[in-house]
Amino acid sequence: MAEVMVVTSGKGGVGKTTSTAALGAALAQTGQTVAVVDFDVGLRNLDLIMGAERRVVYDLINVANGEARLHQALIRDKRIETLYLLPASQTRDKDALTEEGVKRVIGELRERFDWIICDSPAGIERGATLAMKYADLAVVIANPEVSSVRDSDRIIGLLDAKTEKAESGQRMEKHLLLTRYDAARAGRGEMLSVEDVLEILSIPLLGIIPESEEVLRASNVGSPVTLNNAASAPARAYMDAARRLCGEDVAMSIPMHRKGFLDRLFGRRAA
Amino acid sequence: MTIQTKPTRAIRFRGRSFLALVLNPELPVGEWLGEVDAWLGRSPGFFGGKPVVLDVTGLSLDRKSLPALIADLAQRQIRIMGIEGAEAKLASPDLPPFLSGGRPASFMGRPEPEPEPVKTAANPAAHSLLVEAPVRSGQSIVFPEGDVTVMGSIGSGAEVIAGGSIHIYGALRGRAMAGAYGNARARIFCRKLEAELIAIDGLYKIADEIEPQLRKKPVQAWLEDETMKITLLD
Ligand SMILES: Nc1ncnc2c1ncn2[C@@H]1O[C@H](COP(=O)(O)OP(=O)(O)OP(=O)(O)O)[C@@H](O)[C@H]1O
Ligand SMILES: [Mg+2]
Repeated sequence: MAEVMVVTSGKGGVGKTTSTAALGAALAQTGQTVAVVDFDVGLRNLDLIMGAERRVVYDLINVANGEARLHQALIRDKRIETLYLLPASQTRDKDALTEEGVKRVIGELRERFDWIICDSPAGIERGATLAMKYADLAVVIANPEVSSVRDSDRIIGLLDAKTEKAESGQRMEKHLLLTRYDAARAGRGEMLSVEDVLEILSIPLLGIIPESEEVLRASNVGSPVTLNNAASAPARAYMDAARRLCGEDVAMSIPMHRKGFLDRLFGRRAA
Repeated sequence: MTIQTKPTRAIRFRGRSFLALVLNPELPVGEWLGEVDAWLGRSPGFFGGKPVVLDVTGLSLDRKSLPALIADLAQRQIRIMGIEGAEAKLASPDLPPFLSGGRPASFMGRPEPEPEPVKTAANPAAHSLLVEAPVRSGQSIVFPEGDVTVMGSIGSGAEVIAGGSIHIYGALRGRAMAGAYGNARARIFCRKLEAELIAIDGLYKIADEIEPQLRKKPVQAWLEDETMKITLLD
Protein backbone atom coordinates (compact mmCIF):
# COMPACT_ATOMS: atom_id res chain seq x y z
CA MET A 1 0.00 0.00 0.00
CA ALA A 2 1.25 3.46 -0.88
CA GLU A 3 2.68 5.67 1.84
CA VAL A 4 2.59 9.44 1.46
CA MET A 5 5.38 10.97 3.55
CA VAL A 6 5.98 14.68 4.03
CA VAL A 7 9.47 15.96 4.87
CA THR A 8 8.95 19.18 6.79
CA SER A 9 10.62 21.46 9.34
CA GLY A 10 9.25 24.97 9.68
CA LYS A 11 12.71 26.50 9.64
CA GLY A 12 14.49 26.89 6.32
CA GLY A 13 17.79 25.39 5.27
CA VAL A 14 17.85 22.55 7.79
CA GLY A 15 18.08 19.73 5.25
CA LYS A 16 14.58 18.88 3.97
CA THR A 17 15.53 18.68 0.31
CA THR A 18 18.77 16.83 1.05
CA SER A 19 16.81 14.33 3.17
CA THR A 20 14.00 13.91 0.62
CA ALA A 21 16.51 12.99 -2.07
CA ALA A 22 18.62 10.77 0.17
CA LEU A 23 15.69 8.86 1.68
CA GLY A 24 13.95 8.62 -1.71
CA ALA A 25 17.03 7.11 -3.32
CA ALA A 26 17.65 4.76 -0.38
CA LEU A 27 14.07 3.47 -0.46
CA ALA A 28 14.14 3.08 -4.26
CA GLN A 29 17.38 1.08 -4.05
CA THR A 30 15.47 -1.63 -2.18
CA GLY A 31 13.34 -2.09 -5.30
CA GLN A 32 10.31 -0.16 -4.07
CA THR A 33 8.83 2.46 -6.38
CA VAL A 34 9.35 6.00 -5.13
CA ALA A 35 8.19 9.44 -6.31
CA VAL A 36 9.81 12.50 -4.75
CA VAL A 37 7.59 15.56 -5.13
CA ASP A 38 8.90 19.12 -4.90
CA PHE A 39 6.36 21.41 -3.20
CA ASP A 40 8.75 24.35 -3.02
CA VAL A 41 7.00 26.32 -5.76
CA GLY A 42 9.11 29.22 -6.97
CA LEU A 43 12.26 27.98 -5.23
CA ARG A 44 12.61 24.51 -6.63
CA ASN A 45 15.73 22.66 -5.56
CA LEU A 46 14.97 18.99 -5.63
CA ASP A 47 15.58 18.74 -9.39
CA LEU A 48 19.11 20.07 -8.85
CA ILE A 49 19.88 17.71 -5.98
CA MET A 50 18.55 14.84 -8.09
CA GLY A 51 20.54 15.99 -11.14
CA ALA A 52 17.39 16.26 -13.26
CA GLU A 53 17.16 20.01 -13.81
CA ARG A 54 17.75 19.79 -17.54
CA ARG A 55 14.97 17.30 -18.07
CA VAL A 56 12.10 19.29 -16.50
CA VAL A 57 9.22 19.84 -18.93
CA TYR A 58 6.03 19.85 -16.92
CA ASP A 59 5.67 20.32 -13.17
CA LEU A 60 3.41 19.71 -10.19
CA ILE A 61 1.28 22.78 -10.90
CA ASN A 62 0.72 21.75 -14.52
CA VAL A 63 -0.54 18.36 -13.37
CA ALA A 64 -2.57 19.76 -10.47
CA ASN A 65 -4.30 22.21 -12.80
CA GLY A 66 -4.93 19.64 -15.50
CA GLU A 67 -2.52 21.24 -17.97
CA ALA A 68 -0.43 18.08 -18.24
CA ARG A 69 -0.81 14.40 -17.44
CA LEU A 70 1.09 12.90 -14.53
CA HIS A 71 3.21 10.61 -16.72
CA GLN A 72 4.30 13.61 -18.81
CA ALA A 73 5.61 15.43 -15.76
CA LEU A 74 7.32 12.55 -13.93
CA ILE A 75 11.06 12.32 -14.55
CA ARG A 76 12.66 8.92 -14.15
CA ASP A 77 16.01 8.84 -12.39
CA LYS A 78 18.94 7.82 -14.62
CA ARG A 79 20.60 5.73 -11.90
CA ILE A 80 17.72 3.95 -10.18
CA GLU A 81 14.83 2.94 -12.36
CA THR A 82 12.22 2.82 -9.59
CA LEU A 83 12.91 6.45 -8.57
CA TYR A 84 10.92 9.33 -10.06
CA LEU A 85 10.80 13.09 -9.55
CA LEU A 86 7.77 15.34 -9.85
CA PRO A 87 9.35 18.80 -10.03
CA ALA A 88 8.00 22.12 -8.82
CA SER A 89 7.48 25.12 -11.00
CA GLN A 90 10.17 27.76 -10.79
CA THR A 91 8.12 30.45 -12.49
CA ARG A 92 4.63 30.13 -11.10
CA ASP A 93 3.23 31.64 -7.95
CA LYS A 94 2.60 29.28 -5.06
CA ASP A 95 -1.07 30.34 -5.04
CA ALA A 96 -1.40 28.50 -8.34
CA LEU A 97 -1.64 25.28 -6.28
CA THR A 98 -5.09 24.36 -5.01
CA GLU A 99 -6.06 21.83 -2.38
CA GLU A 100 -8.26 19.93 -4.85
CA GLY A 101 -5.46 19.84 -7.42
CA VAL A 102 -2.92 18.51 -4.92
CA LYS A 103 -5.39 15.94 -3.62
CA ARG A 104 -5.98 14.62 -7.14
CA VAL A 105 -2.24 14.40 -7.94
CA ILE A 106 -1.50 12.60 -4.67
CA GLY A 107 -4.38 10.22 -5.39
CA GLU A 108 -2.93 9.41 -8.82
CA LEU A 109 0.57 8.97 -7.38
CA ARG A 110 -0.81 6.55 -4.78
CA GLU A 111 -1.91 4.23 -7.58
CA ARG A 112 1.57 4.03 -9.10
CA PHE A 113 4.08 4.20 -6.25
CA ASP A 114 4.99 2.52 -2.97
CA TRP A 115 6.35 5.77 -1.52
CA ILE A 116 5.41 9.35 -2.29
CA ILE A 117 7.80 11.76 -0.56
CA CYS A 118 6.75 15.42 -0.43
CA ASP A 119 9.58 17.94 0.00
CA SER A 120 7.94 20.80 1.91
CA PRO A 121 8.94 24.44 1.58
CA ALA A 122 10.08 26.20 4.76
CA GLY A 123 7.59 28.21 6.81
CA ILE A 124 4.10 27.47 8.04
CA GLU A 125 2.20 29.08 5.19
CA ARG A 126 0.15 27.63 2.40
CA GLY A 127 2.98 25.79 0.63
CA ALA A 128 3.95 23.94 3.79
CA THR A 129 0.38 23.11 4.79
CA LEU A 130 -0.39 21.85 1.26
CA ALA A 131 2.68 19.61 1.30
CA MET A 132 1.54 17.96 4.56
CA LYS A 133 -2.21 17.99 3.90
CA TYR A 134 -2.63 14.49 2.43
CA ALA A 135 0.33 12.77 4.09
CA ASP A 136 0.11 9.49 6.02
CA LEU A 137 3.30 10.11 7.93
CA ALA A 138 5.78 12.90 8.48
CA VAL A 139 9.54 13.14 8.81
CA VAL A 140 10.24 16.24 10.87
CA ILE A 141 13.71 17.63 10.16
CA ALA A 142 15.48 19.52 12.93
CA ASN A 143 19.01 20.73 13.53
CA PRO A 144 20.26 20.57 17.12
CA GLU A 145 19.70 24.24 17.86
CA VAL A 146 16.99 26.12 19.72
CA SER A 147 15.27 27.97 16.87
CA SER A 148 15.10 24.92 14.62
CA VAL A 149 13.66 22.79 17.42
CA ARG A 150 11.04 25.38 18.31
CA ASP A 151 9.96 25.64 14.66
CA SER A 152 9.74 21.86 14.48
CA ASP A 153 7.53 21.91 17.58
CA ARG A 154 5.27 24.33 15.76
CA ILE A 155 5.17 22.13 12.65
CA ILE A 156 4.26 19.09 14.77
CA GLY A 157 1.30 21.09 16.08
CA LEU A 158 0.19 21.77 12.52
CA LEU A 159 0.65 18.12 11.53
CA ASP A 160 -1.69 17.21 14.37
CA ALA A 161 -4.27 19.83 13.39
CA LYS A 162 -4.18 20.80 9.73
CA THR A 163 -3.73 17.50 7.88
CA GLU A 164 -6.53 15.44 6.40
CA LYS A 165 -5.56 12.63 8.74
CA ALA A 166 -5.80 14.83 11.83
CA GLU A 167 -9.03 16.42 10.66
CA SER A 168 -10.63 12.99 10.34
CA GLY A 169 -9.61 12.19 13.92
CA GLN A 170 -6.73 9.86 13.06
CA ARG A 171 -3.25 10.01 14.51
CA MET A 172 -0.51 11.35 12.30
CA GLU A 173 2.64 9.24 12.43
CA LYS A 174 5.66 11.48 13.03
CA HIS A 175 9.40 10.76 13.03
CA LEU A 176 12.26 13.03 13.96
CA LEU A 177 15.31 13.20 11.74
CA LEU A 178 18.07 15.17 13.43
CA THR A 179 20.34 16.53 10.71
CA ARG A 180 23.62 18.46 10.53
CA TYR A 181 24.63 16.92 13.84
CA ASP A 182 28.15 18.01 14.62
CA ALA A 183 29.59 15.62 17.17
CA ALA A 184 32.54 17.86 18.00
CA ARG A 185 30.34 20.87 18.72
CA ALA A 186 27.85 18.73 20.64
CA GLY A 187 30.75 17.46 22.74
CA ARG A 188 31.66 21.03 23.60
CA GLY A 189 28.06 21.77 24.56
CA GLU A 190 27.64 24.27 21.73
CA MET A 191 24.53 22.55 20.43
CA LEU A 192 21.48 20.96 21.97
CA SER A 193 22.08 17.35 22.89
CA VAL A 194 20.08 14.55 21.29
CA GLU A 195 18.33 14.00 24.63
CA ASP A 196 17.34 17.67 24.89
CA VAL A 197 15.82 17.66 21.41
CA LEU A 198 13.95 14.42 22.03
CA GLU A 199 12.63 15.69 25.34
CA ILE A 200 11.33 18.90 23.81
CA LEU A 201 9.75 17.37 20.72
CA SER A 202 8.69 14.03 22.21
CA ILE A 203 8.34 12.15 18.94
CA PRO A 204 10.31 9.02 18.00
CA LEU A 205 13.79 9.42 16.53
CA LEU A 206 14.26 8.13 12.98
CA GLY A 207 17.94 8.91 12.71
CA ILE A 208 20.84 11.28 13.28
CA ILE A 209 22.59 12.59 10.18
CA PRO A 210 26.07 13.94 10.87
CA GLU A 211 27.26 17.26 9.50
CA SER A 212 29.48 16.30 6.57
CA GLU A 213 31.13 17.80 3.51
CA GLU A 214 29.90 14.78 1.59
CA VAL A 215 26.44 16.35 1.49
CA LEU A 216 27.61 19.45 -0.36
CA ARG A 217 29.86 17.37 -2.59
CA ALA A 218 26.93 15.19 -3.61
CA SER A 219 24.59 18.11 -4.26
CA ASN A 220 27.23 19.79 -6.43
CA VAL A 221 27.21 16.82 -8.78
CA GLY A 222 23.42 16.47 -8.66
CA SER A 223 23.27 13.20 -6.78
CA PRO A 224 21.51 12.14 -3.59
CA VAL A 225 24.22 11.57 -0.99
CA THR A 226 23.14 7.94 -0.57
CA LEU A 227 24.08 7.31 -4.22
CA ASN A 228 27.10 9.55 -4.56
CA ASN A 229 29.14 8.03 -1.77
CA ALA A 230 27.26 5.16 -0.19
CA ALA A 231 30.06 4.49 2.28
CA SER A 232 30.09 8.01 3.73
CA ALA A 233 28.74 8.65 7.22
CA PRO A 234 25.69 10.73 6.14
CA ALA A 235 24.80 8.16 3.43
CA ARG A 236 24.91 5.31 5.95
CA ALA A 237 22.80 7.28 8.41
CA TYR A 238 20.20 7.99 5.72
CA MET A 239 20.17 4.33 4.64
CA ASP A 240 19.62 3.24 8.24
CA ALA A 241 16.77 5.75 8.53
CA ALA A 242 15.20 4.38 5.33
CA ARG A 243 15.36 0.85 6.73
CA ARG A 244 13.67 2.03 9.92
CA LEU A 245 10.91 3.58 7.82
CA CYS A 246 10.36 0.13 6.30
CA GLY A 247 9.86 -1.25 9.79
CA GLU A 248 13.31 -2.77 10.28
CA ASP A 249 14.85 -2.63 13.71
CA VAL A 250 18.21 -0.94 13.17
CA ALA A 251 20.35 -0.05 16.16
CA MET A 252 21.02 3.66 16.54
CA SER A 253 24.19 5.23 17.82
CA ILE A 254 24.85 8.86 18.59
CA PRO A 255 27.82 10.00 16.49
CA MET A 256 30.80 10.53 18.77
CA HIS A 257 33.68 12.81 18.21
CA ARG A 258 37.00 11.03 18.42
CA LYS A 259 39.25 13.36 20.31
CA GLY A 260 42.22 14.50 18.36
CA PHE A 261 45.69 15.14 19.68
CA LEU A 262 45.07 18.84 20.36
CA ASP A 263 41.74 18.18 22.03
CA ARG A 264 43.43 15.77 24.39
CA LEU A 265 46.19 18.21 25.06
CA PHE A 266 43.94 21.14 25.84
CA GLY A 267 40.79 19.33 26.86
CA ARG A 268 41.52 19.45 30.58
CA ARG A 269 42.50 23.03 30.72
CA ALA A 270 39.23 24.58 29.67
CA ALA A 271 38.47 27.61 31.81
CA MET B 1 -54.83 30.20 -7.14
CA THR B 2 -53.18 31.07 -3.90
CA ILE B 3 -52.49 34.48 -2.59
CA GLN B 4 -49.07 34.81 -1.13
CA THR B 5 -48.94 36.57 2.13
CA LYS B 6 -45.76 37.69 3.70
CA PRO B 7 -45.21 35.88 6.95
CA THR B 8 -44.82 38.18 9.90
CA ARG B 9 -41.32 38.16 11.19
CA ALA B 10 -40.00 39.33 14.44
CA ILE B 11 -36.60 40.48 15.46
CA ARG B 12 -35.67 38.45 18.44
CA PHE B 13 -33.35 39.59 21.13
CA ARG B 14 -31.75 37.31 23.57
CA GLY B 15 -29.69 38.16 26.55
CA ARG B 16 -26.49 36.26 26.89
CA SER B 17 -23.45 36.81 29.03
CA PHE B 18 -19.90 36.45 27.83
CA LEU B 19 -16.52 36.56 29.42
CA ALA B 20 -14.24 39.38 28.43
CA LEU B 21 -10.75 40.43 29.41
CA VAL B 22 -10.97 43.69 31.32
CA LEU B 23 -8.20 46.25 30.89
CA ASN B 24 -7.92 48.61 33.82
CA PRO B 25 -5.43 51.41 32.97
CA GLU B 26 -3.54 53.04 35.79
CA LEU B 27 -2.37 56.62 36.11
CA PRO B 28 -0.31 58.01 34.53
CA VAL B 29 -1.85 56.51 31.42
CA GLY B 30 1.28 57.10 29.32
CA GLU B 31 3.33 54.89 31.61
CA TRP B 32 0.61 52.26 31.65
CA LEU B 33 0.61 52.21 27.83
CA GLY B 34 4.35 51.63 28.03
CA GLU B 35 3.65 48.50 30.12
CA VAL B 36 1.11 47.38 27.55
CA ASP B 37 3.77 47.75 24.88
CA ALA B 38 6.22 45.71 26.93
CA TRP B 39 3.58 43.00 27.35
CA LEU B 40 2.80 43.01 23.64
CA GLY B 41 6.52 42.80 22.91
CA ARG B 42 6.57 39.50 24.78
CA SER B 43 3.15 38.27 23.62
CA PRO B 44 2.50 39.80 20.20
CA GLY B 45 -1.12 39.54 19.18
CA PHE B 46 -2.17 38.56 22.69
CA PHE B 47 -5.36 40.62 22.56
CA GLY B 48 -6.12 39.82 18.93
CA GLY B 49 -9.54 38.21 18.58
CA LYS B 50 -10.20 38.32 22.31
CA PRO B 51 -13.11 40.39 23.65
CA VAL B 52 -11.69 43.29 25.65
CA VAL B 53 -13.58 45.69 27.91
CA LEU B 54 -11.93 48.92 29.05
CA ASP B 55 -12.53 49.82 32.70
CA VAL B 56 -11.80 53.53 33.13
CA THR B 57 -12.90 53.80 36.75
CA GLY B 58 -10.80 56.34 38.63
CA LEU B 59 -9.10 57.77 35.53
CA SER B 60 -11.34 60.89 35.34
CA LEU B 61 -11.20 60.94 31.57
CA ASP B 62 -13.00 63.62 29.57
CA ARG B 63 -14.51 64.10 26.14
CA LYS B 64 -11.03 64.28 24.61
CA SER B 65 -8.90 61.88 26.60
CA LEU B 66 -11.30 58.91 26.47
CA PRO B 67 -11.41 58.70 22.63
CA ALA B 68 -7.66 59.33 22.63
CA LEU B 69 -7.07 56.33 24.91
CA ILE B 70 -9.29 54.13 22.72
CA ALA B 71 -7.32 55.28 19.67
CA ASP B 72 -4.03 54.53 21.47
CA LEU B 73 -5.25 51.01 22.16
CA ALA B 74 -6.58 50.55 18.62
CA GLN B 75 -3.12 51.46 17.35
CA ARG B 76 -1.84 48.48 19.34
CA GLN B 77 -4.47 46.23 17.71
CA ILE B 78 -6.54 46.16 20.91
CA ARG B 79 -10.18 46.60 19.94
CA ILE B 80 -12.44 47.64 22.78
CA MET B 81 -15.94 46.17 22.72
CA GLY B 82 -17.31 48.12 25.68
CA ILE B 83 -16.41 50.72 28.28
CA GLU B 84 -17.03 50.35 31.96
CA GLY B 85 -16.86 53.01 34.67
CA ALA B 86 -17.17 56.08 32.43
CA GLU B 87 -19.48 59.01 33.12
CA ALA B 88 -22.72 58.62 31.15
CA LYS B 89 -22.45 62.12 29.69
CA LEU B 90 -19.30 61.06 27.79
CA ALA B 91 -21.22 58.50 25.73
CA SER B 92 -21.13 59.13 21.99
CA PRO B 93 -21.95 57.15 18.86
CA ASP B 94 -18.26 57.04 17.96
CA LEU B 95 -17.33 55.19 21.12
CA PRO B 96 -17.92 51.57 22.07
CA PRO B 97 -21.05 51.11 24.18
CA PHE B 98 -20.92 51.85 27.90
CA LEU B 99 -21.43 48.81 30.06
CA SER B 100 -22.52 48.39 33.62
CA GLY B 101 -23.18 45.52 35.95
CA GLY B 102 -20.03 43.58 35.06
CA ARG B 103 -19.18 40.88 37.56
CA PRO B 104 -15.85 39.27 38.19
CA ALA B 105 -15.85 35.92 36.47
CA SER B 106 -16.37 32.93 38.69
CA PHE B 107 -16.73 29.28 37.95
CA MET B 108 -20.49 29.41 37.43
CA GLY B 109 -22.22 28.31 34.23
CA ARG B 110 -20.57 29.79 31.18
CA PRO B 111 -20.95 29.62 27.43
CA GLU B 112 -19.00 26.94 25.55
CA PRO B 113 -15.22 27.23 25.54
CA GLU B 114 -13.63 28.86 22.52
CA PRO B 115 -12.62 26.47 19.81
CA GLU B 116 -8.96 25.66 19.92
CA PRO B 117 -6.72 23.45 17.86
CA VAL B 118 -5.84 20.75 20.34
CA LYS B 119 -8.06 17.75 20.92
CA THR B 120 -9.29 18.13 24.45
CA ALA B 121 -11.95 16.78 26.72
CA ALA B 122 -13.91 19.41 28.62
CA ASN B 123 -15.93 18.20 31.52
CA PRO B 124 -18.73 20.74 31.92
CA ALA B 125 -19.74 19.52 35.35
CA ALA B 126 -16.30 19.99 36.86
CA HIS B 127 -15.35 23.07 34.80
CA SER B 128 -12.00 21.61 33.97
CA LEU B 129 -10.21 20.91 30.76
CA LEU B 130 -7.89 17.97 30.18
CA VAL B 131 -5.30 18.37 27.42
CA GLU B 132 -3.82 14.99 26.62
CA ALA B 133 -1.34 16.04 23.93
CA PRO B 134 1.63 18.36 24.35
CA VAL B 135 0.77 22.01 23.65
CA ARG B 136 3.03 22.84 20.71
CA SER B 137 4.70 26.12 19.81
CA GLY B 138 2.16 28.53 18.31
CA GLN B 139 -0.85 26.86 19.91
CA SER B 140 -3.05 28.72 22.35
CA ILE B 141 -5.48 27.10 24.73
CA VAL B 142 -8.01 29.45 26.27
CA PHE B 143 -10.34 28.10 28.95
CA PRO B 144 -12.08 30.83 30.96
CA GLU B 145 -14.34 28.32 32.74
CA GLY B 146 -11.86 26.86 35.16
CA ASP B 147 -8.77 24.67 35.55
CA VAL B 148 -6.63 23.28 32.78
CA THR B 149 -4.59 20.10 33.16
CA VAL B 150 -1.91 19.44 30.55
CA MET B 151 -0.55 15.89 30.44
CA GLY B 152 2.47 16.78 28.29
CA SER B 153 4.62 19.87 28.01
CA ILE B 154 3.78 23.41 26.97
CA GLY B 155 6.28 24.27 24.24
CA SER B 156 8.29 27.43 23.81
CA GLY B 157 5.98 29.89 22.06
CA ALA B 158 2.80 28.11 23.20
CA GLU B 159 0.34 29.46 25.77
CA VAL B 160 -2.38 28.26 28.11
CA ILE B 161 -4.81 30.80 29.55
CA ALA B 162 -7.19 29.58 32.23
CA GLY B 163 -9.84 31.11 34.43
CA GLY B 164 -8.69 28.78 37.19
CA SER B 165 -5.46 26.95 37.98
CA ILE B 166 -3.10 25.31 35.51
CA HIS B 167 -1.55 21.89 36.15
CA ILE B 168 1.25 20.76 33.86
CA TYR B 169 2.62 17.24 34.13
CA GLY B 170 5.43 17.97 31.69
CA ALA B 171 7.73 20.93 31.23
CA LEU B 172 6.41 24.47 31.04
CA ARG B 173 8.50 26.20 28.36
CA GLY B 174 5.92 28.66 27.01
CA ARG B 175 3.45 30.83 28.88
CA ALA B 176 0.89 29.89 31.50
CA MET B 177 -1.67 32.42 32.68
CA ALA B 178 -3.88 31.26 35.50
CA GLY B 179 -6.80 33.16 37.00
CA ALA B 180 -6.68 35.25 33.85
CA TYR B 181 -10.26 36.44 34.16
CA GLY B 182 -9.92 37.62 37.70
CA ASN B 183 -9.06 34.94 40.25
CA ALA B 184 -6.21 35.60 42.66
CA ARG B 185 -6.56 32.15 44.21
CA ALA B 186 -5.58 30.36 41.03
CA ARG B 187 -2.23 28.53 41.00
CA ILE B 188 0.20 27.11 38.52
CA PHE B 189 1.82 23.72 39.04
CA CYS B 190 4.39 22.20 36.73
CA ARG B 191 6.89 19.40 36.69
CA LYS B 192 9.70 21.36 35.08
CA LEU B 193 9.79 25.14 35.05
CA GLU B 194 11.41 26.65 31.97
CA ALA B 195 8.66 29.18 31.36
CA GLU B 196 8.87 32.25 29.17
CA LEU B 197 6.17 33.84 31.31
CA ILE B 198 3.85 32.87 34.13
CA ALA B 199 0.94 35.00 35.27
CA ILE B 200 -1.74 34.77 37.94
CA ASP B 201 -4.65 37.19 38.01
CA GLY B 202 -2.78 39.51 35.64
CA LEU B 203 0.42 39.69 37.72
CA TYR B 204 3.25 38.17 35.81
CA LYS B 205 6.90 37.17 35.87
CA ILE B 206 9.05 36.68 32.82
CA ALA B 207 11.87 34.15 32.51
CA ASP B 208 14.52 36.65 33.61
CA GLU B 209 12.64 37.36 36.84
CA ILE B 210 12.39 33.75 37.91
CA GLU B 211 15.12 32.68 40.32
CA PRO B 212 17.71 30.51 38.55
CA GLN B 213 17.59 27.80 41.21
CA LEU B 214 13.96 27.15 40.31
CA ARG B 215 14.66 26.57 36.65
CA LYS B 216 13.99 23.06 35.36
CA LYS B 217 12.54 22.15 38.76
CA PRO B 218 9.02 21.04 39.78
CA VAL B 219 7.31 24.09 41.28
CA GLN B 220 4.08 25.76 42.18
CA ALA B 221 3.25 29.43 41.86
CA TRP B 222 0.57 31.41 43.69
CA LEU B 223 -0.25 34.91 44.82
CA GLU B 224 0.27 36.22 48.31
CA ASP B 225 -0.58 39.89 48.93
CA GLU B 226 -0.36 40.77 45.27
CA THR B 227 3.08 39.23 44.84
CA MET B 228 3.87 36.02 43.09
CA LYS B 229 5.50 33.24 45.09
CA ILE B 230 7.19 30.32 43.42
CA THR B 231 8.42 27.36 45.46
CA LEU B 232 9.78 23.90 44.82
CA LEU B 233 7.20 21.15 45.00
CA ASP B 234 9.55 18.68 46.61
N1 LIG C 1 24.25 16.72 6.94
C1 LIG C 1 24.67 17.84 6.33
N2 LIG C 1 25.97 18.21 6.39
C2 LIG C 1 26.40 19.34 5.81
N3 LIG C 1 25.62 20.16 5.10
C3 LIG C 1 24.31 19.86 5.00
C4 LIG C 1 23.76 18.69 5.61
N4 LIG C 1 22.44 18.66 5.34
C5 LIG C 1 22.17 19.74 4.59
N5 LIG C 1 23.29 20.47 4.38
C6 LIG C 1 23.40 21.72 3.61
O1 LIG C 1 22.50 22.67 4.14
C7 LIG C 1 21.96 23.46 3.11
C8 LIG C 1 20.44 23.38 3.15
O2 LIG C 1 20.03 22.06 2.87
P1 LIG C 1 18.64 21.76 2.16
O3 LIG C 1 18.52 22.54 0.89
O4 LIG C 1 18.48 20.30 2.08
O5 LIG C 1 17.67 22.37 3.25
P2 LIG C 1 16.10 22.68 3.12
O6 LIG C 1 15.53 22.43 4.47
O7 LIG C 1 15.53 21.91 1.99
O8 LIG C 1 16.13 24.22 2.77
P3 LIG C 1 14.86 25.11 2.32
O9 LIG C 1 14.11 25.40 3.58
O10 LIG C 1 15.51 26.34 1.74
O11 LIG C 1 14.09 24.31 1.33
C9 LIG C 1 22.53 22.93 1.81
O12 LIG C 1 23.60 23.74 1.43
C10 LIG C 1 23.01 21.54 2.17
O13 LIG C 1 24.08 21.14 1.37
MG1 LIG D 1 14.35 22.65 0.29
